[in-house]
Amino acid sequence: MSSADIYREIILDYYRNPRNYGKLPNPDVAQRDSNPLCGDELEMHLNIQENKVVDVKFTGKGCAISQASASMLTELIMGKDFEAVKKLSKEDILDNLGLHDLGPARIKCALLSLKVLKSGLYSYLSEKLKDTASADKIKEEASGLY
Amino acid sequence: MINIENIRNDFPILKRKVHKDKALVYFDNAATTQKPMQVIDSISHYYLHYNSNIHRAVHELAEEATLAYETTRDKIAKFINAKNREEIVFVRGTTEAINLVAYAWGRQNINKDDIVVTTEYEHHSNIVPWQLLTKERGAKLEYIGVDDNGELILDQLNRYLETGKVKLVTFSQMSNVLGTITNSEEIIRRCKKNGVRVLVDGAQSVPHMKVDLQKLDCDFFAFSAHKMLGPTGVGVLWARKELLEAMVPFNGGGDMIREVHKYETTWNDLPYKFEAGTPNIADVIGFGAALDYLDKIGMDKVREHEVEITRYALDKISQIKGIKIYGPMDTAKRGGVISFNLGDIHPHDLATIIDEDGVAIRSGHHCAQVLMERLDVSATSRASFYIYNTKDEVDVFIKSLYRAKELFRI
Repeated sequence: MSSADIYREIILDYYRNPRNYGKLPNPDVAQRDSNPLCGDELEMHLNIQENKVVDVKFTGKGCAISQASASMLTELIMGKDFEAVKKLSKEDILDNLGLHDLGPARIKCALLSLKVLKSGLYSYLSEKLKDTASADKIKEEASGLY
Repeated sequence: MINIENIRNDFPILKRKVHKDKALVYFDNAATTQKPMQVIDSISHYYLHYNSNIHRAVHELAEEATLAYETTRDKIAKFINAKNREEIVFVRGTTEAINLVAYAWGRQNINKDDIVVTTEYEHHSNIVPWQLLTKERGAKLEYIGVDDNGELILDQLNRYLETGKVKLVTFSQMSNVLGTITNSEEIIRRCKKNGVRVLVDGAQSVPHMKVDLQKLDCDFFAFSAHKMLGPTGVGVLWARKELLEAMVPFNGGGDMIREVHKYETTWNDLPYKFEAGTPNIADVIGFGAALDYLDKIGMDKVREHEVEITRYALDKISQIKGIKIYGPMDTAKRGGVISFNLGDIHPHDLATIIDEDGVAIRSGHHCAQVLMERLDVSATSRASFYIYNTKDEVDVFIKSLYRAKELFRI
């Protein structure tokens, strides 16, 4: 897709004025990852109560796509049912961003946020909920993203 | 002056279009350069006419292949003015050359509490091998800092040398990010006075300026073929003969031995002691053709052309509002590399946008994360030039930067 289609007003707005930017004092989930190829960095914090995401924040640095994607993902999962968050797919993220035909190099930027989220949920499921089956499933999904 | 049109005609890839109908503007030469027909032909000629293993067989093909392979070694010795051809060791690239020194020389010579000094503007390949070595040996790794002009702070070197514990100083002759040309002679002079060994990473310098090892007087020197018109997978380690003789082999196997018995082996002569296994014969031969090509133009002319292009580009790019250029502005101190950031546009976004106009630049940390930390940025964009680049191409690049500004509404 062309740059004019990628760098729409909404992407630039989320890049420059990220929603839910910051850290949580006592997060139930804290996960950090980076993209070794371009150095994009992302850390996500979640609080989960009664199977709902009650609070979520992120910090990071990187390109407009990676940072807008992270910010929009936090809005997408805020207040959501934990089961629904677990099921989020690559397509959900790209739909949410309105970015489809990204090339192989740039799609990693868009999906870093989902990778961080899924890796965080893996730790939460395996360590706090001791739900090994679900944890393994989500770990596989995370590694299969790109 | 060099005849750019003639040179461009030797590089078929420069005629291709990208993104359907955009002429390719290739400004990613610090990563790898394009290859002229002469290099491509020499490789296919080898495979078509005298493909054979070297050094062992006595048939005609093997003799021709051995001669072509060894002729490249002579060309290299002449190109960098090495005293002995035995001091030229073929490796896969600069990275392997540095690892070879860290492994084969470092393990014998770096001991507990010794110091290895590198710099803040090194490529990861001149940092990580030394981290591995110093950790293993209980030694220390120290850094010469970079000032705000993108130059090394040499006073810091003196402080390290005064401890009497420095065994090796290792630095690049030209920064792959800032383009800064290191004051190598001065560093080496200070090290020699203190009996300290010096490794010079020539990956970015040898392709772009005349390098004379007799004048430079370092102990180890490393560079890669693919950054100077040659193929990937070939590099050179040059080291003083007496050092190579005292070093243990890096890889064991065929071609590096004199006699092998059940429990003992004696080593082959230099440089073969360090060239175990069948080497990259075709690409070494191709590298020979690249050296011929550069020799014909003359390295002084190469440098002259790059200075002119870089000066032109620096002048145009510095007029863009919101641009931040890293490294020295004086082209006497800078190679054909310009790293920059434009407003709050992340380099990956910028590279994506200008790629649509056919302009290939590099964006990211350039395998120099220590320097990125020093500059306090996560990434930069980098345009880097070579003998086939023109001022017209710089104009396309500049115009494209203005388009990126518009897209990002800055």
